[in-house]
Amino acid sequence: MSTPDLLDALRTGGAAGDGELLRDPDLFRPAGPADVIGGVPARAVAAPTSAAQAAAVLRAAAGLGLRVVARGAGTTVDWGNPPAALDLIVETRRLTGVVEHAAGDLIVVVRAGTRLAELRAALAPAGQQLALDDPVGGATVGGAVAVNISGPRRMGYGTLRDLLIGITLVRVDGVVARAGGRVVKNVAGYDLGKLMIGAYGTLGLVTECVFRLHPVPAAEAYVRCRVPVADGFTRFGRLASAVRGAQFAPVALEVDAPAGGPAELVVLLEGTAAGVAARAEATRRLLGAGAAVDSRPPPWWSRYPWTAGETGLKLTGVLTGVPDLLAATRAVADRHHVPIRVRGSAGTGVLYAGLPASADPEEVARVLDELRGATGEVGGHAVVLTAPDRVRDRVDLWGPVDGLELMRRVKARFDPEARLAPGRFVGGL
Amino acid sequence: MTATRIGRLAAELRDRLGPDQVIDDRPRLRTYECDGLAAYRVVPALVVLPHTAAECALVVRACVAAGVPFVARGSGTGLSGGALPHPDGVLIVTSRLREIRLVSAADERAVVEPGVVNLAVSRAAAPYGYYYAPDPSSQQICSIGGNVAENSGGAHCLKYGFTSNHVLGLQVVTPEGELVRLGGMAPDSPGYDLVGAFVGSEGTLGITTEVTLRLLRVPESVRTLLAAFTGTDAAGAATSAIIAAGVVPAAVEMMDALAIEAAEAAVRCGYPDGAGAVLIVELDGPAAEVDAQFAEVVALCRANGATELRIAADERERALIWRGRKSAFAAVGRISPDYIVQDGVIPRTALPEVLRRIAELAAERGIRVANVFHAGDGNLHPLVLFDEAVEGQTARAEELSGAILDLCVAYGGSITGEHGVGVDKATYLPRMFTDDDLDTMQLLRCAFDPRGLANPGKIFPTPRLCGEVPGRRKGPHPLQAAGLAEVF
Ligand SMILES: Cc1cc2nc3c(=O)[nH]c(=O)nc-3n(C[C@H](O)[C@H](O)[C@H](O)COP(=O)(O)OP(=O)(O)OC[C@H]3O[C@@H](n4cnc5c(N)ncnc54)[C@H](O)[C@@H]3O)c2cc1C
Repeated sequence: MSTPDLLDALRTGGAAGDGELLRDPDLFRPAGPADVIGGVPARAVAAPTSAAQAAAVLRAAAGLGLRVVARGAGTTVDWGNPPAALDLIVETRRLTGVVEHAAGDLIVVVRAGTRLAELRAALAPAGQQLALDDPVGGATVGGAVAVNISGPRRMGYGTLRDLLIGITLVRVDGVVARAGGRVVKNVAGYDLGKLMIGAYGTLGLVTECVFRLHPVPAAEAYVRCRVPVADGFTRFGRLASAVRGAQFAPVALEVDAPAGGPAELVVLLEGTAAGVAARAEATRRLLGAGAAVDSRPPPWWSRYPWTAGETGLKLTGVLTGVPDLLAATRAVADRHHVPIRVRGSAGTGVLYAGLPASADPEEVARVLDELRGATGEVGGHAVVLTAPDRVRDRVDLWGPVDGLELMRRVKARFDPEARLAPGRFVGGL
Repeated sequence: MTATRIGRLAAELRDRLGPDQVIDDRPRLRTYECDGLAAYRVVPALVVLPHTAAECALVVRACVAAGVPFVARGSGTGLSGGALPHPDGVLIVTSRLREIRLVSAADERAVVEPGVVNLAVSRAAAPYGYYYAPDPSSQQICSIGGNVAENSGGAHCLKYGFTSNHVLGLQVVTPEGELVRLGGMAPDSPGYDLVGAFVGSEGTLGITTEVTLRLLRVPESVRTLLAAFTGTDAAGAATSAIIAAGVVPAAVEMMDALAIEAAEAAVRCGYPDGAGAVLIVELDGPAAEVDAQFAEVVALCRANGATELRIAADERERALIWRGRKSAFAAVGRISPDYIVQDGVIPRTALPEVLRRIAELAAERGIRVANVFHAGDGNLHPLVLFDEAVEGQTARAEELSGAILDLCVAYGGSITGEHGVGVDKATYLPRMFTDDDLDTMQLLRCAFDPRGLANPGKIFPTPRLCGEVPGRRKGPHPLQAAGLAEVF
């Protein structure tokens, strides 16, 4: 089918009663040169303005057997494997805005295409926030949910699974479904929101989210400390565990370990002005000589340690394994002559590593193998979030996954024809 | 037909597990006929008590082979009939899976078997200065497996969240009998968050045989106050003011006049005379923060008309403040022969309005309602008081209890905040969700349990027998009467 025919078929497709929704002249357009996902070009793009319209689009796509990938701002759309096939991009560009901000109830209902930065601006006047960092910069709510982004403050506030309390999604067959609700405490029905978080859009199109909010703290302080690491991150480990063991309730405990030289440890404290000042001072003393209190974050704060075109890894492990993981990364880097920058949440055991674009894919593959070994030893995983094509061609981005068989069954129920982001996820789901 | 099938199954399991792990004599089966919601009673066909995860998987596989449904049971304290047995099915009881496998303060993790009692985890972690945060009032007896299944909360979930926020990994026997690991010790396992999907699934997605929990550092400081108000409106306004000021208390609990009266009758907690409502506010965290915010909370209570304030000076006084609150549920037994415990949620800001509506609905029916609840997160526990001996009261109370749930839904809330849907509220679920929503949830169910053998008839609506109404209870719960459990 030619692209004009495909667009025609979409506009006149769907179920009975979809006609009006699908005739919207701004809904469909032919794919352009930028409408490529993981190197795979799409044929058409749809930009619905509501869940109902998105549902009609998916019904029309179902009738034609199209393979569909959702796209927000496109900041992480290249994460995961490239789709095995792609016909239609459903973008959330027109599915934006805060539906409701119930400040007194500390919740917000927001459409999936809204950028986190826009949401922050909308909530700020009420002194409230969605306590989620945006390390990719510019992510939309839907994209954040799809790839489960998190940043430094996950130590204090948790991640999306702790913040999302309700969800509206459109199934691949065009059925709109909701789960959860608008109240934080709620155990009625299955928590489908959890299933959508980090699913890379393989189970449904998220159109609306309800989040619990937190007050913006009155004060914050960053306690920074350079730590020499020639001892294999032993001293670093001791300091990090001292911070966790103290009762200062830090919101973040971050590490930044460039490819060589000392690492930096930074503790974020939030609260009342007086409380923060006292706790920051106590933390500074705990960290010892060389520690200093700063009112502003370091420049690398809440940024992944890679830039576009480089290889970005996520490395996890138990808390006591964090120093081992940092040391292992240095050792692996030296062995394979690949400089590796590491950064992340030493307070929760989630680190990120960046490898230069110029690194030889064979070396990257060996580095990844060894890091999979190192993370495995500390109960975690090494996942490639993003990488240049030559690296992608060479490695398994996801690595071993527990429960894969059950995940296959879940995918088979939600998307029996494997038309939603096919192949993007673990095990080729 | 069923009888011989069960007989064969019993023989097979006895053979493979040992005779003391299989119960099929009627008198002993009857001891398992209900959970904490005693209005529903069903004697199971067979009870099995596995000692290990592998045995648990063996039992499930045997059920699958025989086409027999199975129901998991922890401590049986559930309040929605989740562990209600199936008359032709096997009840798999986790009480012999009680090992605490690991407590690692340095990793902030505990790994436990599902039959481990909630409080035992905090006890095991206490020597290291850590604890397990979710604290349902039944924590002295309820099991971690039950907590996982119900996504249980507690008085402190306003700040610390529910079970789902504290479970990182599970070992699960799927309804097909496979033993799988989901999640783990480290966060963010790749793949679908099946741990997240499993928590709160009320035993319908399989049986968990090992749970990896997050432990938290014990806070440096805990401060508690009791504030008396002329009525629930003023107490609600104070709650709103505290939240609006950006304070996140560990707990904000409210009791109305009737609940206070009951608590006084039961435990003489000595709450201020003539109070129309009391608030208990607890803050915890670093001392420097708690002290600053506590002063603010005190000022906000005063500004919103607190008639009396009591600040706990020490642990003993703190316990005294909590005593009335924790006894309130059992205490209504003192002022009413029968009562229904309801569990619903509303947006917190709707509290005054909803409480007024509940009072109106109650007055119209000539029924009293005592309110004891988690005000901070809008989780109501109205106690509907009635006397079965009075002609027509039971029906009116049941009807009122249902009307309260409708009110919660009408205000954008939920039909359950922590007790679960179970068998009790399955027919209410469609008031919150459309058929499409429920069908989509079924997709998950079918992925795990294509044969529909895991706890069938729970959560999702099925044709309902006449006369089943949510939440009916009589007298104090046996566990409370035995002094084993505290209240909400
Ligand atoms: C006095 C009293 C106070 C209470 N206070 C609170 C409270 O403050 N907050 C609160 O949230 N709840 C409260 N509850 C309710 C109840 O204690 C909780 O729901 C608790 O989590 C149930 O645990 P249990 O071990 O008794 O589970 P059970 O009642 O035995 O079972 C509950 C559900 O869990 C399933 N299940 C049990 N074990 C497993 C397993 N290993 N794998 C899969 N499914 C399993 C069962 O099939 C059933 O559906 C209270 C109950 C009482 C009696």
